[in-house]
Amino acid sequence: MAHAAHDTPHGHDHHDHTPGFLARWFFSTNHKDIGTLYIIFAVVASFVGIGLSMLMRLELQNPGMQFFADGQMWNVAVTAHGILMVFYVVMPALIGGFGNWFVPIMIGAPDMAFPRLNNISFWLLVPALLLTIGSLFVGGTGTGWTLYPPLSDSQYQGGPGLDMALFGLHLAGASSILGAANFITTIFNMRAPGMTLHKMPLFVWGMLVTAFLLLLSVPVLGGAITMLITDRNFGTAFFKPEGGGDPVLFQHLFWFFGHPEVYIMILPAFGIISHILSTFSRKPIFGYLGMAYAMVAIGVVGFVVWAHHMFTSGISVDTRAYFMAATMIIAVPTGIKIFSWIATMWGGSLTFKTPMLFAIGFVFLFTVGGVTGVKLANAGVDQILHNTYYVIAHFHYVLSLGAVFGIYAGFYYWIGKMSGYQYPEFWGKVHFWLTFVGVNLTFFPMHFLGAQGMPRRYPDYPDAFTGWNVVASIGSYISGVSFLLFIFVVVLTFLRKEKAAANPWGEGATTLEWQVSSPPPFHTFDELPRIR
Amino acid sequence: MRRILSTALALMLMAGSGAMAQSPPPAPDGEAIGAPVPWGIDLQDAMGPVKEAIHDFNSLVLWIIIGIVIFVAALLAWVIWRYDARRNPVPSRTSHNSILEIAWTVVPVLILLVIAIPSFRLIYYEDRARDADLTVNVQGRQWYWNYGYPDHGNFSFDSYPVADNEIRPGQIAKLSVDNPLVVPVGATVRVLTTGHDVIHSFFVPSLGVQKYTIPGRTLETWFRADRAGTFYGQCNQICGNNHWFMPIAVRAVPQAEFDAWVAEARTKFAEGRAPGWPERDRTTEVAAITDPSAEARR
Repeated sequence: MAHAAHDTPHGHDHHDHTPGFLARWFFSTNHKDIGTLYIIFAVVASFVGIGLSMLMRLELQNPGMQFFADGQMWNVAVTAHGILMVFYVVMPALIGGFGNWFVPIMIGAPDMAFPRLNNISFWLLVPALLLTIGSLFVGGTGTGWTLYPPLSDSQYQGGPGLDMALFGLHLAGASSILGAANFITTIFNMRAPGMTLHKMPLFVWGMLVTAFLLLLSVPVLGGAITMLITDRNFGTAFFKPEGGGDPVLFQHLFWFFGHPEVYIMILPAFGIISHILSTFSRKPIFGYLGMAYAMVAIGVVGFVVWAHHMFTSGISVDTRAYFMAATMIIAVPTGIKIFSWIATMWGGSLTFKTPMLFAIGFVFLFTVGGVTGVKLANAGVDQILHNTYYVIAHFHYVLSLGAVFGIYAGFYYWIGKMSGYQYPEFWGKVHFWLTFVGVNLTFFPMHFLGAQGMPRRYPDYPDAFTGWNVVASIGSYISGVSFLLFIFVVVLTFLRKEKAAANPWGEGATTLEWQVSSPPPFHTFDELPRIR
Repeated sequence: MRRILSTALALMLMAGSGAMAQSPPPAPDGEAIGAPVPWGIDLQDAMGPVKEAIHDFNSLVLWIIIGIVIFVAALLAWVIWRYDARRNPVPSRTSHNSILEIAWTVVPVLILLVIAIPSFRLIYYEDRARDADLTVNVQGRQWYWNYGYPDHGNFSFDSYPVADNEIRPGQIAKLSVDNPLVVPVGATVRVLTTGHDVIHSFFVPSLGVQKYTIPGRTLETWFRADRAGTFYGQCNQICGNNHWFMPIAVRAVPQAEFDAWVAEARTKFAEGRAPGWPERDRTTEVAAITDPSAEARR
């Protein structure tokens, strides 16, 4: 792990010429300001995404249709929840938010390589979100976030709603590709003297792998949805069998993007968790190189497992055998990470501040989500678990509990650094416990529902599924309250104005961001730090 | 932090003990029912050999993953207790241990091998029927099912869900249908799925069978019901407005009863105009292309 060798105090005698409000926040080229914009964006989008999930849990609390007019309206809500959470909450928070904020600082760079490109990456997301939310008011997208044709053809989903969502995805995709190019360039070319690749903090490694995944997978999604748009509007038949096309082709293209996408959402969180566990154990990361290359391995193998989402789509049995084997292999680097995290804590001197609670929670919950993934990887069992609530439970354990715990952990770890104000520790801990109880109560029973065969994307179900649905709904209300509590913590942080020290976490916090003031000066490094 | 461990253990134990304590589905008039049960936490009971094979494999994997989770939870709990700053004020600086690192790479590989070998056997077993006793055509449509019997006179019929207010005693709301898919007990059934409008998924948990029905494609799978009874499932691929209301019912009856049913069904469905047959021209044309039995009905 890198140790900064320069001791010049920062932030006091700086002459920060910050631009005026409009120039600073609307024409921003500063990586920290853009990072802040991304985080605000993610919080705004999460109000809609979480609001939709609350509506869905209200509906599912009892059999029968109570809040939704019909199945189409339900499908629209399900789809919007998925698209919002993936593209407009988790990705902006982890990649745009924490990535922009801390990748340049951690590698000792003055800013991102292409500051104006960085600005447009963010501002492409705003119309993308508006298109996605706007589509809800003109018919919406009732296809699930997977957008499988023929259901997504104009014949079955008429109206501008789906087209708007697709254009929104195009903009979000362009934003991601530009951002990825920016990160790769920054990380490869702008590391401070002495910051070799093998000294790079693990969060930067996570972001580097993520950026490559984005760069290689998002264009494939772009191609797929472009063909979908022309199928819908211009009479082509890429995915229509009656015109010589193939609906399954779309599934291959979608999941060639979709599977790397799930690692895109989790790899930055892996990095954050590594830093936090190391900081609060006052111990260096255990097996640093193994940790870094485990992420690289996950990224590489993540590209060749996509058809495990298609075990019941009629791919041949030999194809299933291959994708099954490839998928299970991912458990190995993931296991290396889990055990290395535990070994990082082993022998350490642990303090349980809020970020540490979220990080330990992450390790446990990601293990639960990971092992159910091993089960689902087996096409033989997936034959009866595919598309059931077991899958919902699995991916919410790794995303809603994994990635989101990563976001919360990162937020508490860095909010003092980003804003200059430390969060209230007591309320942070209350937030952790409320979230931990809420999400487990929500998603653990879904394993049972899935094993019993409850299909996903159902607004109504046979009576036998009622019991666990009630439990899940109650859990989701607790999770909903915990999100509001999080907002309260944020507000309290800014109202209390408790000054955060440059390094509030002590000797365990070794990365460069703790060497600069809180908040860092507008221009982080007037002279480049040297790394021993 | 200890609460993490206790929560985890409680949940895991719940899953474990519940798996054993679960009672079989009710069986009125001696017939088996394959359906979800209230508060059920395990797979639906197996009603045929495919599902039994899945059960065996599932139990193996389930206990392995429960073991892994308990192991990780125990390590975390120990670390949290033992290395609390109050108990261990001076941290070690260890950051490497080659033997340990090799161990936690190799052991998972071995565990995966233990899982992979029966797993491969299972998927090749599930893949298709050898020596099928009969073939049924299954076609998902917005929002009902169409079943055809190509080797029993090539008749076919639609299967609609029973509305909630028309549920009779013995039927299950949102699962029962007007015309179930009828098969003989103990017969190996080859299932050929075809698509009609959008993708649906033919999914009967207790028989261990699931396959998409995709327009322009014919996919094959198989099942066998070892007990007489009714086995329920639901469409399992989002297909539009009534995705949630196109249940599947497979009824397994003794061979003699099946033969009698076929005889009756051939006349009953002879006109091929089962309730709700869509009148739109396009639908009929597509049906003729993808479903040979539609030709007979025109």
